[in-house]
Amino acid sequence: MGMTMSQKILAHAAGLERVAAGDLIMANLDMVLANDITGPVSIKEMDKFTKKGVFDKNKIALVPDHFSPNKDIQSAQNCKCMREFACSNKITHFYEVGQMGIEHALLPEKGIVTAGDTVIGADSHTCTYGALGAFSTGVGSTDAAVGMAYGKAWFKVPSALKFVLTGKPAPWISGKDIILHIIGMIGVDGALYKSMEFTGDGIAWLSMDDRFTIANMAIEAGGKNGIFPVDEKTIAYIEAHMSPEKKDAFEKTGQKPYRIFEADADAEYDETYVIDLSTLKPTVSFPHLPENTHTIDQVGDIKIDQVVIGSCTNGRLEDLKIAAEVLKGRKVADGLRVIIIPATQQVYLDAMEAGYIKTFIEAGAIVSTPTCGPCLGGYMGILAEHERCVSTTNRNFVGRMGHVTSEIYLASPAVAAASAVTGKISGPAELGL
Amino acid sequence: MKACGHVFKYGDNVDTDVIIPARHLATTDAAGLAKHCMEDIDADFVKKVSPGDIIVARKNFGCGSSREHAPMAIKASGISCVIAETFARIFYRNAINIGLPIIECKEASEGIDAGDEVEIDFDSGMIYNKTKGTSFKGQAFPPFMQELIQAGGLINYMNQQS
Repeated sequence: MGMTMSQKILAHAAGLERVAAGDLIMANLDMVLANDITGPVSIKEMDKFTKKGVFDKNKIALVPDHFSPNKDIQSAQNCKCMREFACSNKITHFYEVGQMGIEHALLPEKGIVTAGDTVIGADSHTCTYGALGAFSTGVGSTDAAVGMAYGKAWFKVPSALKFVLTGKPAPWISGKDIILHIIGMIGVDGALYKSMEFTGDGIAWLSMDDRFTIANMAIEAGGKNGIFPVDEKTIAYIEAHMSPEKKDAFEKTGQKPYRIFEADADAEYDETYVIDLSTLKPTVSFPHLPENTHTIDQVGDIKIDQVVIGSCTNGRLEDLKIAAEVLKGRKVADGLRVIIIPATQQVYLDAMEAGYIKTFIEAGAIVSTPTCGPCLGGYMGILAEHERCVSTTNRNFVGRMGHVTSEIYLASPAVAAASAVTGKISGPAELGL
Repeated sequence: MKACGHVFKYGDNVDTDVIIPARHLATTDAAGLAKHCMEDIDADFVKKVSPGDIIVARKNFGCGSSREHAPMAIKASGISCVIAETFARIFYRNAINIGLPIIECKEASEGIDAGDEVEIDFDSGMIYNKTKGTSFKGQAFPPFMQELIQAGGLINYMNQQS
């Protein structure tokens, strides 16, 4: 029996010829990530190790993105703790405010995660880098502490679900609609403990930003990781986003900045799902679980108070481009707050140069500096009692964005932007687009 | 090792946002987090919980965010064990890593109600519902995870290995 793509990467990381689902392995890590919520807990834990220091100052990324720029004194203390740790351990990839972006948009953009890597991050959406063909998964602060000190993590080798994506998506259908459709189909624990491996000829139609969105939300189906095969688009992205060290090695020795693993032809999957992308409609997840999906034609008349466009799920340039195409020459509905958050400084700059920021401000939206902010109810758009928000973020749990009675409807940037214009949950078709 | 206490019962998909809402996540101190444990799903939990009490839930307990603050808050609130039909995988890892006992057991998750008095024998994996006079066998941990638990969590285990 062959190995899945995830299993092949894990076997390589553990220095083993082969692994099988259920094996417990100790894997060597290519990158360990923590943020301003999980990092300070990891740093505290590291004091308890008999081994002092970090395993490799170049293979740790520390990103203060959740409550930063500091929302209060405690958050400021946490960022200070990370900053001091980064400084004393000479961590190469510590991103201070000014360089900081939302971690899962930032690391691929900086070229410090790549195809074939094994990555852990003390953030559940670390599964995002599967879009690049990496094995990448979220862990807690203690696992991240062990990762930072020893460069290792234990894994139970996962079995996998295979998603064969076929056909070309209709206009306005993006990665968000695809992953919400999948979560609606298999449920929030449908991939529990498993890999979600995406394949099929439909992938060729998906941009890298679509793939990041899809891999990002594998955790919302309970998945251990989500992963895409490496194709020309992946290689073009990786080559355009090489870290200085990788660029140097590439130019001097010709060493490729990626390693390609492919699933064996006889790899075994627990289930195979075939999804014809051409049949998908804009999809919205109703409160309070991402699996409560409805297509836009089933939504009905739901008035809203706020729209958020951003996050590690949908704060990349293409997401802002789609929002700008919908909002161009239109106005935000009366009584609605629209908050747009470019995921990184580079996305912000590119959006500005492309004229998207001007479009947003002229429409009546606000544009924030990169932060996770409202996605997890941190700051920058907290909801009051009974308020409703259409959001391009990833979770709509009870109280996630504010008051326990508030409601979050998860959707794509196209749906969020159209809803911003009508003041109720709407697809671009309602605007004649 | 044994645990004994009264049960707090919850349903499917108890997420880490309701276990410890993000508005409290700037806190890294377990006792501080425990003051807000389960706040958005059960406002009375903190007032009612006594040391040794047990949480019993259905499927996918601890789904969502990777915040280790969630098992930290539960452990510091005095809860001696969480029993569920299944756990979300990051919560599962975190609980073992920090030494919060957890047991996967579908039958116990179905056969125990709020307020029942339950005793757990961790050595045998037996769960006794003293109120109803029933018993259940929890799923055993693989040997590697038993080693982690016996070492008192991942940090002690790594210290012993090196």
